[in-house]
Formats: sequence, C-alpha cells, structure tokens
Amino acid sequence: MNILALDWAFAIEKMVLIAIVISVSLVIAMYATYAERKVAGFIQDRHGPNRAGPFGLLQPLADGLKLFFKEEVIPNHSNKWLFVLGPCLAMLTAMMTSAIIPWGGTVEIGGRMIDLQIADINIGILYVFGVVSMGVYGIMIGGWASNNKFSLMAALRGASQAISYELAMGLSLIALLMLTGSLSLKTIVEQQISGNWWNIVYQPLGFFIFFVCALAECNRAPFDLPEAESELNMGYHQEYSSMKLGFFLFAEYINMFISCAIIATLFFGGYDMPFVDETKLSGMTALLTGVAALFGKTFILIFVFMWIRWTLPRFRYDQLMNLGWKGLIPLALLNMVVTAAIALYTMK
Amino acid sequence: MLFWFLTVMALGSALMVVFSKNPVHSILWLIVTFFSISGHYVLLNAQFLAIVNIIVYAGAIMVLFLFVVMMMNLNDISSPLKNKWLKFAGVISGCSLLLVLIAALKDTGTMQQEVLLNTGKIGLINNLGTVLFKDYVLPFEISSVLFLSAMVGAVVIGKK
Amino acid sequence: MQSLTQRAKSVDRSPLSWLEKIYVWNIFKGMLITFSHIFKKKVTIQYPEQTRPFSPVFRGLHVLNRDEEGRERCTACGLCAVACPAEAITMEAAERLPGEENLYREEKYAARYEINMLRCIFCGLCEEACPKDAVYLSETFAPANYSRKSFIYGKPDLLIPDPVTKPEEYKEAKGLIEKKKKSKS
Repeated sequence: MNILALDWAFAIEKMVLIAIVISVSLVIAMYATYAERKVAGFIQDRHGPNRAGPFGLLQPLADGLKLFFKEEVIPNHSNKWLFVLGPCLAMLTAMMTSAIIPWGGTVEIGGRMIDLQIADINIGILYVFGVVSMGVYGIMIGGWASNNKFSLMAALRGASQAISYELAMGLSLIALLMLTGSLSLKTIVEQQISGNWWNIVYQPLGFFIFFVCALAECNRAPFDLPEAESELNMGYHQEYSSMKLGFFLFAEYINMFISCAIIATLFFGGYDMPFVDETKLSGMTALLTGVAALFGKTFILIFVFMWIRWTLPRFRYDQLMNLGWKGLIPLALLNMVVTAAIALYTMK
Repeated sequence: MLFWFLTVMALGSALMVVFSKNPVHSILWLIVTFFSISGHYVLLNAQFLAIVNIIVYAGAIMVLFLFVVMMMNLNDISSPLKNKWLKFAGVISGCSLLLVLIAALKDTGTMQQEVLLNTGKIGLINNLGTVLFKDYVLPFEISSVLFLSAMVGAVVIGKK
Repeated sequence: MQSLTQRAKSVDRSPLSWLEKIYVWNIFKGMLITFSHIFKKKVTIQYPEQTRPFSPVFRGLHVLNRDEEGRERCTACGLCAVACPAEAITMEAAERLPGEENLYREEKYAARYEINMLRCIFCGLCEEACPKDAVYLSETFAPANYSRKSFIYGKPDLLIPDPVTKPEEYKEAKGLIEKKKKSKS
C-alpha cells in the first residue's frame, strides 16, 4: 500500500466537489423547508411565511437559529449515546446518497477532465439502496433510545414501512436496469442523452412505483406515519429537542432533495436539457445548462412532493402495508416480467 | 494499511458483539462488523458483494433483529445463558465452526495473490452474474426454491 | 325529515367502480383542485398593516367625551355606575372651583373616574344610561398587560384628546363618536 502515490490533484478535486455538493444540498434542504411552507400556504389560500426578510426569505435562517438556541434536553432514562447517534445517522445517511449522483457532464479545467460526480461506481443504484436501508437505523435508534413507547412504536412503523417499500422500489428499478444494462448512474444518464427518449417513456409504470416508494422512503405525506404529528405525538423524534430535532427534520428534506435528484437522473434524463443538442454547445455552457436542467427537474419533482403532501390525507397503517405489499410489489413484478419479455423479444 | 484497519475494526466490533451486555448494543456492533466486512469486499474489488452485504444483512436482517430485541424489551438485567452447560456447549460449537472454517480456507493460497494485487474481477457484477447463471445455475435455483418454501412456510404460520 | 338548509347533500354510498378503486385518477383530480388554489385570492389579512373593519355596533374600550371647547362632559351623576351590571365603574365627584370653567362643563365633575376593564363586559349600558353624552364605547380592544392594576383605567386613559392642544386627534376621536351615535339611532 503506497499512500503517497495518491493522485493529489484528484483527491483535492473530489474534496472540493464533496464540499460543494454537501453545502448545496444543505442550502437546498434549508430552502425546501421554506418552499414547503410557501407551497402549503398557497395551496390553502394563504401567503406562507413572509415576515423574515423580503418574501420571508430569511425564514429558514430564523428557524435554524431558533433550533440552535433551544435547550437541549436528553431524557433521563434514555440511552445517551444512542440518543445522540440517532440524528447523526439520519443526517449522515441523508448526505451520503449524494455521492453518486452525476450533477453534470464532464468539464475540462486546466487540462484535467473533471466529472461533476463524486464517485462513478459501477454499482451506483445499489449503493443508493444500501444507504437508504441504513437510513432506517437513524429512525430506529432514535426511537428506541428515547425510551418512550410512542417513539418506539413510531420507529417500528417507520422501519417496517421503509423496508416494505424498499422492496417495491428495488423491483421497479430492476425493470429499468434491464433496459439500461448498467447500474452506474452516469451510464444511465448518458444513454438517455444519446438515445432520443428519457427512461420515463419506456418505464411509466416503473416510474410511478418508484415515485410512490420514494415518497414512502422519505417519510413524506401521505406516508408520513413514522412522524404522524397528530397521532403519535411527532413519532420517533418526540423526545428530541433543539438541533437534534433539527437534524431529523433536516434529514427529511435532504432525503427529499436527493431522492428527487435520483428520480430525475433515472427517469428524466439527469443533466440532459430537453430540446437542446449538448454536443453543439461549448464545454462550459453545456455543463452549466446540464446542471441547470438537472436542478430544474429536481425542483419540479420537489414541488410535486409538496403538492402531494398538501393534497392527500395520511394513510392508515394497514392501508399503507396493503398498498405496499399487495399493490405495488405485484405491480412491480408484473412490470418486471413484461419488460423482460419485451427486452428479450427486441433483442432477438 | 486499509486492510489492517478494517480487520481490526471487524474483529474488535465482533468481540464487542459478544461482550456487550445490552442486546441492542450487540446488534449495533454487529452492524459495524458487517460494514467492515463490506470494506474487505471492496478491497477485493467485489463492490457488488459489498453493497449487497450491506443491503441485505446490515440493512434488512439487522433491522429485523432490532425489531425483535426492541419488542421483547430485553435488557442487561434479564440476561439469559445462566446455564453453565449451555455456555459449554456454545464454546464447543463455536470452536468446531472455527475448525471447519479454517479447514475450508487454508487452501485459498491462490486467491491471496489476487487479493494482494487488487486484480480480482470475480466480484464485479457482470462476472458474478455470468458465473452464477452458467456454472452454478442449479445450486442457485435450488437455494431460491429454498427461500420460496421458507416464505410459503412463514405465510402458512402467519395465517394460523 | 325536512332539511333545515338547502345545502345538505346525501352521501353516495354506491360501491366504487374499478377506476375509482385504484384511486390514481381521483388523486389526480384532487391534486388539480389543490393546484388551482395556488392561483386563488389569498384570504389572509396581514394584521398589523391591514385590519378587519369593525362592525358599526362594535363595543370596545370606553372613552370619556369632551365638548367643542375641550371641557369634560361628565358630571359624575353616577348613572353609569348604577347601570353597570358588572360594577366596573367607580367615580368620585367634586365641585368645580372658580377658574376651572374651561376644564369642566358643569358645576360638578368627576375627580376620579375608573373603569375596571377586567370586570367590564362591554355591554354598553353605561353608554345608554349617560344623560350627558359623556361616555362612549370605542372601537379598540383592551390590550394585554402584566398586572391587574393596569387594567383599571383612570381618567387620563379614558378621556379623548383635548381640542385645544391636539385638534387633529380630537377630530378623529369625535368622528368615531359621531359614527357611533349614528349607528345607534
């Protein structure tokens, strides 16, 4: 092992990229809280936050500041270490997924080809699943360590919900992977750019299932049972206060952002600007339009997430499980089989 | 160097699994163990195995373990295994498992070369798929039937 | 049973059709409805800047009236205190001394006039009882405060501005009183 033989420029490049991606996703998550409240307001014929700063734009800062200055309460009978570990895990897993999303094409800076992607690993999508399945632990550990029946119950609900919907999510993706033949997100995007159509055209049902599962994985309404404010007293983060609560809430928004970015990448062509031929643009312009396209798609999807949240009522728990196991999984299996048959037929 | 780090982590957390008083802590240490094992897989250039190990074991099975432990509300006071003979039997079976593993693994000298040079290609998803569905089709399918029967059995028990 | 209003709708309990059972279409319709609400007029009243108009018969905090020359109209007859069902009004009468004719309209005046706003039920009976056109209920609330004592409003809190020193404010207060009178008649 020769650690000094590392490509230092490469390491620095990736470090910078990681810093940028993390800070950007934090800022977006911050403003997603603001956007959520605005969308909720508009849908309910209200204004939403509009006091802090112009149009209430400083509201997320004010909220964050408030959370920081709140008293930090650690319940007496809780498991201290795990109680702190819970929100940390939630935050960590939320951030980790961003590593494999290709945020843009390749750009040449100072003679180096730089990918706007932290790591192009050949098992990209599986990595997402791995991290998502880790995300459950944040909820479970947090809920259990609070030493509170409601928290525990909500944590169990959350974990079983996440596991159930992960299955359908994986099955819906298998159909997509049959078409692309690659697990790397970069390859998937490049196929969508060079081919004429985005993957949603080939996989509308797969997209639908994936989208519903993404809602459930992010604990978003109508699947927000783990944190059902009105039923389980805030669910698994009932005992949390101050910034630890903030971490849990924040992780939800980061999750939402990341999963929207992944949906955009998988089904909507990633950084492919529609109706524009990227090859004709010069390097930097192509890159910027690509990044803008990806962010535009992501924001639209985030809006849809919020729109759904403020339209639909919460599922009952048995309805949730019914939908997952009896609705989405058979549908995903069907989609998989049909796609496989068609893929086999066209290949011959 | 990374290898040694991962090894120490794996062994240390595995020991913590055994010595933790609190069953929940044991499970969490077990998850850490799985992670370090996944790290070893990555060193073997077997990313697919690494991530599947995380998804299936650390992600799904451990969650079920946690479920059970949390629901049963075990804590350090009511620790089982007070029986001396039971402990003895545990040690014996553990040692024999170790023996079997050593016997199975002592002939893997040829693999070491590949591991050290970081050239192993067997763990990549394409190669793995080809091997699974060409050379090992029968065992693969048999194991899937086994899983299916287990699922059916679970459903039957659940329906009762 | 005869319905009380025309708005009652009978609940449709017919079994769902297949399209309704998969919910997707209905969810989509619901989402269209919420989307259309984004463009609707906002019903919010931005409070400190905008306020809701009070109804003409609104009864708020009391004011003590003055005449055009700024003299207090109250003669401390005590009719308001008698009329008050909540016994919120206390007063102490005093005789007008020579040289105070520009302060008080009649020979007798209220040296102390207090209304306990915690007791007051804002019924407006004092207003009706007053023969001298002196007490009126205005269009403001009693603001929140920290002590009980501060809810006992004395003469300085109740009297409307003096037309001699503050003509603008006097005119405004007077206008409100006139509006009030009109709504009563």
